[in-house]
Amino acid sequence: MIQMKNVMMKYDNGVVAMKDLNLEVDPGEFVYVIGPSGAGKSTFIKMLYHELTPSEGDIVINNYDFKTMKPSEVPYMRRLIGIVFQDFKLLPRLTVYENVAYAMQVIETPDKDIRPRVLEVLKLVGLEQKLRRFPSELSGGEQQRVSIARAIVNKPKVVIADEPTGNLDPETAEGIMSILERVHDNGTTIIMATHNQQMVDEHTHRVLEIAGGRLVRDEKEGSYDSEA
Amino acid sequence: MKPNVFKRHLKDSWKSLRRNGWMSVAAVSAVTVTLLLVGIFMALLMNVSRISTQVENDVRVRVYVDRGTKKAEETKLEKQIKALPNVKTVKYRSAKTELDTIVGSYGSQWKMFSGDKNPLNNVFLVDTKDPKATIKVAKQAQKLKHVSEASYGGSTAKKLFKTVDTIQRWGIGFTILLLFVAVFLISNTIRITILSRADEIGVMRLVGATNSYIRWPFLLEGAWTGLLGSLIPMLVVDIGYGLVYANAGLTTAANGYSLFPTMPFLFWLDVALAAIGIIIGALGSVVSMRRFLKI
Ligand SMILES: Nc1ncnc2c1ncn2[C@@H]1O[C@H](COP(=O)(O)OP(=O)(O)OP(=O)(O)O)[C@@H](O)[C@H]1O
Ligand SMILES: [Mg+2]
Repeated sequence: MIQMKNVMMKYDNGVVAMKDLNLEVDPGEFVYVIGPSGAGKSTFIKMLYHELTPSEGDIVINNYDFKTMKPSEVPYMRRLIGIVFQDFKLLPRLTVYENVAYAMQVIETPDKDIRPRVLEVLKLVGLEQKLRRFPSELSGGEQQRVSIARAIVNKPKVVIADEPTGNLDPETAEGIMSILERVHDNGTTIIMATHNQQMVDEHTHRVLEIAGGRLVRDEKEGSYDSEA
Repeated sequence: MKPNVFKRHLKDSWKSLRRNGWMSVAAVSAVTVTLLLVGIFMALLMNVSRISTQVENDVRVRVYVDRGTKKAEETKLEKQIKALPNVKTVKYRSAKTELDTIVGSYGSQWKMFSGDKNPLNNVFLVDTKDPKATIKVAKQAQKLKHVSEASYGGSTAKKLFKTVDTIQRWGIGFTILLLFVAVFLISNTIRITILSRADEIGVMRLVGATNSYIRWPFLLEGAWTGLLGSLIPMLVVDIGYGLVYANAGLTTAANGYSLFPTMPFLFWLDVALAAIGIIIGALGSVVSMRRFLKI
């Protein structure tokens, strides 16, 4: 599903945020990416959705080899991925319904297919009662649920989330987590960068620990702190 | 692209045009002024060049044959004239025919010059392939044997060519300058749109919208601006030319020249104005997209 080979990322200012990264993620896995602030988690996530291009090495997602794919293929590669952000990135002028429908419109989904699917995912995240609200009229947790709905509405193979619970209280975070678990149960691969120790320990999944730009631990069924 | 998607783009771009308010008005006005001048220039230039062609076509070289030249020598001379570069046709008119024409148009008192008293020469009427070559052909013909004189409808034509040339050069230069101004103003409003929609564009990219999908609304907004800007110029040119044609049309016709009849001339002129408007509008968005839309 996802392969990273000898990936090195050096920013323009000379900071090496990632080096010697070799990794494979199988379809249907749930993977945490943890590590202290500045470790390179966001850098890792951004490389996955081709916001950043590695300085060295190669990334392959499904059939898309980042090194050889044409720029015109990037949008199609991104359709395999749903992205969730800590700050949601919802469009303030659009309602809940429109924010989610928008993601389907811009990839030119036929109109008749949009409504049923949008309602379906909004039900999945428990927002079927708030279709007409604007993002500013929602709590943080609700906004994050909209953004998850938007991320999964096009049925991506992978959902990538950068600290999706970062701004939320523990209870709300738990709600978000259970939604991601449900998405995972439907067969979607999940890659989630997080600081949330409790979450990682309670919902056990594969753990990738990054420190100083290196992968220092890769554990199936891992916990937040290394056992050693 | 599917029709419903295109409809969405059309609606989007129209909304954005309205949201940009005064910026859009400024851009549309710039196009209006530009196209107004373009329209007037086009109508003027096309008619001037039409009339100058009509005048040019009148311009032919008259080669007068020395009196007393023998028939065989005349035939030889005709061949020589025909062999000159740029010569299209050569027509022979005897002194008698020439006199008959004069008698025909100016009256029978000229009849007294008939027969041996005819003071006129036999003439070769030479049409050139390129009207601009008339002078050269005349000069070359002058040098041939048995030619008493070679003249052309010269100096007026020459002046006319020059004027047309000057008008054309200045008109085109000025118009290009205006087009640049319009493109610049349009690109400015599109820039505002792009910047104000940065978030939306970011989301579009993340969920996998293609670049062309992202570009369409901006391209269309530019096109709208151009199209709206062409409306007033079309109206003004249509009415203005209609009036000019009604008043000047007959006068010119009496002189043997004619302006383009209003139809289909105005139709094509309007189409051209709308097309130019749309093109400069789209160009304006392309300029902005290249600079501000990082995709
Ligand atoms: N655009 C950039 N230009 C230069 N250096 C950057 C850039 N973005 C991040 N960095 C540097 O790269 C390193 C990794 O940053 P990154 O954002 O990936 O960390 P992180 O693990 O996501 O941290 P956090 O937990 O605080 O979000 C840091 O040293 C950071 O300063
Ligand atoms: Mg981060």
